[in-house]
Amino acid sequence: MPDPADWSCPTPIGTRGEVVMGHGGGGRLTAELVAEVFQPALANDTLDRMADAAVVMAGGARLAMTTDAFVVRPLFFPGGDIGTLAVHGTINDLACAGATPLYLTAAFVIEEGMSMRDLARIAASMGAAARAAGVTVVAGDTKVVDRGRGDGVYITTAGVGLVRPDANVGPERAQVGDAVIVSGPIGQHGVAVMSVREGIEFGTPVVSDTAAVHQLVAALFDAGIDTHVLRDPTRGGVAGTLNEIADASGIGIVVDEPSVPVPDAVRSACALLGLDPYQVANEGRVIAFVSGADADRAVQVLRSTTGGAGATIIGRVVGDHAGMVVGRTAIGGTRIIDMPLGELLPRIC
Amino acid sequence: MRYLDEFNDPALARRVLDEIHRITTRPWAVMEVCGGQTHSIIRHGIDQLLPDGIELLHGPGCPVCVTPLATIDRALAIAALPGVIFCSFGDMLRVPGSTHDLFSVKSRGGDVRIVYSPLDAVRLAAQHPDREVVFFAVGFETTAPANALAVDQARRQGLTNFSLIVSHVLVPPAMEAILSSPRCRVQGFLAAGHVCAVMGLDDYHPLAARHQVPVVVTGFEPLDLLDGIRRVVAQLEQGNAEVENAYQRVVTPHGNPAARALLDAVFEPCTRDWRGIGPIPLSGWRLRSEYHSFDAETRFDVGHINAVESPLCHSGEVLQGLITPPECPAFGRECTPRTPLGATMVSDEGACAAYHAHRRITVGNA
Repeated sequence: MPDPADWSCPTPIGTRGEVVMGHGGGGRLTAELVAEVFQPALANDTLDRMADAAVVMAGGARLAMTTDAFVVRPLFFPGGDIGTLAVHGTINDLACAGATPLYLTAAFVIEEGMSMRDLARIAASMGAAARAAGVTVVAGDTKVVDRGRGDGVYITTAGVGLVRPDANVGPERAQVGDAVIVSGPIGQHGVAVMSVREGIEFGTPVVSDTAAVHQLVAALFDAGIDTHVLRDPTRGGVAGTLNEIADASGIGIVVDEPSVPVPDAVRSACALLGLDPYQVANEGRVIAFVSGADADRAVQVLRSTTGGAGATIIGRVVGDHAGMVVGRTAIGGTRIIDMPLGELLPRIC
Repeated sequence: MRYLDEFNDPALARRVLDEIHRITTRPWAVMEVCGGQTHSIIRHGIDQLLPDGIELLHGPGCPVCVTPLATIDRALAIAALPGVIFCSFGDMLRVPGSTHDLFSVKSRGGDVRIVYSPLDAVRLAAQHPDREVVFFAVGFETTAPANALAVDQARRQGLTNFSLIVSHVLVPPAMEAILSSPRCRVQGFLAAGHVCAVMGLDDYHPLAARHQVPVVVTGFEPLDLLDGIRRVVAQLEQGNAEVENAYQRVVTPHGNPAARALLDAVFEPCTRDWRGIGPIPLSGWRLRSEYHSFDAETRFDVGHINAVESPLCHSGEVLQGLITPPECPAFGRECTPRTPLGATMVSDEGACAAYHAHRRITVGNA
């Protein structure tokens, strides 16, 4: 070993002078980007809560407000397209704040040369998704950029909803003894998109789970389930979401891995590509932390809703290993389920 | 059979574990050669379920980890050249060179693309005759046949804009080097099933006989690994040193003859530097002279490369099983997946990354 006096400060490759794709992956790098660049410049009490939707008071009403950008490639994938995704993603952020989604806006950044027919198809599926969910798109904007400066179309949305009087959710409300429930099978959206993008076909085609979850959330509150935390496990997947909650609340989470619903096709695809299904994005699932006493009833309530048939308890909140998510494996071992770093990288072999 | 559940069966795993506990009478140090095995062992918590005396040492079989820094620096330089489409498997993108990585090259305008097969790179070369397509051909015997096939196809298609940076390494010479070290602690090996699927078992018999170590070829599912460990321990307890195939659903004694013939046609053995370990004689493959026109390192002159390793990184000792990742002073401090000093902290298969992801704390009765 070299003399410590000769040690040099190792090159901090992590501290980058430029943005890399991993900063958009919804993992640790994204969190750092927000914390280092945006939070210092824009800090306020509401933003600092770092929720998917902000809850603000306006005219005596508790409003939930959110914004989201959609840059999915390809624009069309099994189970949906960028338009359905934009509507569902925005609704789900509002729903996870305990709100009834009401109004959306949408801005389209369109690349010169984009097929008018494809654009119309995307607009139509947005309309259909909004109508099905009972929300209204009340304002919009369009911009066109030079060919080569966009992937067809990018969509940015905003959403407003009314927070239910009986809702009080947030990561800080996670408590020891809470059950962790996921509303259905995981990993489908990420694998569906990847299979089209990379031209990889699997025996069973994987279809995106893209869907609005506000009716699932409403069912929980309507049934009086003591619901503490609600999150939609999008970028970063279940692993990212659980780590964010553990981190924000200072509690530990134990995941019973055999209980986690990973469809066979997702499991095969992830094994083939060297990906972790827990880190793959979902677009129609909700993770709910409910009091242990209400856990079984919550699962029954969710299973009775459209889109919630696969609801299941996957873990619980514990007093040990604060801030950390631990998996109990099928064969009885334990491991840490870590926050993904950045982009998911397929392994060599 | 889809092999998703059959080799992950808790009741069967329990039975094999009980058997391992029953036959173990004293401590043994067993090395799993391949990073894929390491990943699976840590991912499923297998090491925690073994008798206290059974120590698993993590071997050098992570291609991302042992690719020399100078090769990575040269790859970064080539990837940054105008006109080049640089293709790589995903986990090479985050591997740090002396000053930056492929992600940084991409963010500065380099055309760096993740592919799933070297044949995708050949296709890109055919689609873009005005561009130079370079594939970063790292890996063990496992990935080599596909790379040989890519070169073969590029030649058949008459492509002159396709080349590879070849950094292939071979398992048996690395095992030989580890066993020949005076500090060697390895008493038995779990050999890598996918490597043997290509190459067969022929090279392992002399190794086992010469060094009197049992070698058991395993797959990557929990039961594959447990059964492999059981067989190694049984041999050690009985004083045997044989080559056993515990992955017969994939591995045949002489491997895949078509793949071996192609490998022999395209590649020839050469001495290679292993990152963190040093040069090992005849431990790699390079392109044969008839295929030199596909060698990116001769095609592109990127000048002198001065590779500088972090003095804090102990990945060489980790790769030889001399220390475990947490015993490295930089582990989890200066060196994390976010700020990796060595490649072992980057790839999912790297021992340091596996420990950091799944084993930062000793988990109690969670």
